[in-house]
Amino acid sequence: MPQQKEQRAYRKPLPHIDEENRPWWEATQRHELYIQKCRDCGDLRFHPRALCTSCLSSRTEWVRCKGGGKIYTFTVTYQNQAAGFRESLPYVMAWVELDEGVKMLTNIVDCPPEQVKIGMPVEAVFDDVTPEVTLVKFRPAR
Amino acid sequence: MSLSRKIAVAGVYEHPTRFAPDKSMYQIMAESVRGALDDCGLSIKDVDGLLTAGMGMGPMGIVGFCDYLNLTPNYLDGTNIGGSSFVAHTAHAAAAIHAGLCNVAVVVYGSTAASSRFAIGTGGGHGGGDPCDQYEFPFGPTTVGAYAMIAQRHMHDYGTTPEQLAEIAVTMRLHASMNPVAKYRDPITVEDVLASRVISSPLHLLDCCIISDGGGALVITSAERARDLKKKPAYLLGAGETVRHAARGQRDFLEIAAAQSGRLAFERAGVTHKDIDMAMIYDSFTITVLSTLENLGFCKRGEGGPFVSGGRLRFDGALPINTDGGGLSSNHPGMRGMFLVIEAVKQLRGECGPRQVKNCKIALVHGTGGALGTRHSGATLILTNQ
Repeated sequence: MPQQKEQRAYRKPLPHIDEENRPWWEATQRHELYIQKCRDCGDLRFHPRALCTSCLSSRTEWVRCKGGGKIYTFTVTYQNQAAGFRESLPYVMAWVELDEGVKMLTNIVDCPPEQVKIGMPVEAVFDDVTPEVTLVKFRPAR
Repeated sequence: MSLSRKIAVAGVYEHPTRFAPDKSMYQIMAESVRGALDDCGLSIKDVDGLLTAGMGMGPMGIVGFCDYLNLTPNYLDGTNIGGSSFVAHTAHAAAAIHAGLCNVAVVVYGSTAASSRFAIGTGGGHGGGDPCDQYEFPFGPTTVGAYAMIAQRHMHDYGTTPEQLAEIAVTMRLHASMNPVAKYRDPITVEDVLASRVISSPLHLLDCCIISDGGGALVITSAERARDLKKKPAYLLGAGETVRHAARGQRDFLEIAAAQSGRLAFERAGVTHKDIDMAMIYDSFTITVLSTLENLGFCKRGEGGPFVSGGRLRFDGALPINTDGGGLSSNHPGMRGMFLVIEAVKQLRGECGPRQVKNCKIALVHGTGGALGTRHSGATLILTNQ
């Protein structure tokens, strides 16, 4: 049944996982969300990278996030021709500001698009989209 | 800036095509070079500097274009920072000429975005190779979506309305109606914009730039040499460029590159906002114009909504912008910065017919490349005919 197989295949783009970012993606597979903190100057950063962007120190602490945050801004996308997305319109894309103080781009799920508001408290949900990749999305806080 | 008034845009050419399935990108580029050289009376033999960028070119596209036109310039700049590239190229060419690295530089762009059916604004999600892409593309960012998030936040923080954004589109269409080569020339109303379908909330179809084919070129040389050529020179007074991005997750997204590039351009030009007679502001979307005007300092942050209302941006208003009809109505072949410089130069020469801004002596150009809501570049120029 080739048609059924195609429907099941995950068609959206997947991240390229390399040695620098692997710990972050492995944590998401365990349904854990981390940001990084510089052990020298204390600056927080996301997405993960090997060096502090404020002082260039390589001494990095991984900080586990509780998963809570607020919607900083969002858009309900009604048109996207790209495979995977065109089948899931409309969808909500947002910048969420984590309680720990950094913003990440994500999708808002488990919420009708017309109810999404800036400032809405949200919580992380872990979407195991493939056996290798788990994406961090957010839903209204419960 | 030590090169103020020492370098000039001497020749410009906007390719009139808006749909060219019969032409290649390189053909459009080459025809544009010919047009800009004809405009100022120079020949291809005079050209010893080349600056270009494109969406359809490979990573070494500038070398491929030199092959196509059999050029061996002394100065090459293939900087690609998105749609603002040609605005930045203008300043780069000026610096190179001022430094003695070349004498006559050509900046060129061509694209078959429309006839190649390239979904510039809504084809998001292809993925990309940069580290930042890995944390964005899985969630479906489109170009329009990334700008829409800026509009949403601006509306939330400052009460900016869809009607205020719509007036920008209406004004651009009015200007396009006076430009014989503009792609869309029939007038529209605020109601038309609001009634068009939502592409990515809160932006409607008519808040978005069009997709066309097209191209253009600039000839840049020393002010001294430009004075002996066919057309009145447009002298470079000041320039600035920079980028904004997610800033390690700590960005204030309503502060955009224009805040920095604009401040630099004004400081280097030695002029103030009230000296600006008209401005060419990259209008990928209506929100791009509002946000850019705020960040350039034409109004305070949050006051963009009222500022763009009441006809201020019309060709006969207090701050005329995008008198050619802009990317919203005239042309948008993917990277529009080229046309910002061309129209500003034509206004300074007084060549704009019914849409001519009266007594236009100083023009500002601001190009945006990429997406305000993720990462982008900004490049500002201030030009004068004095």
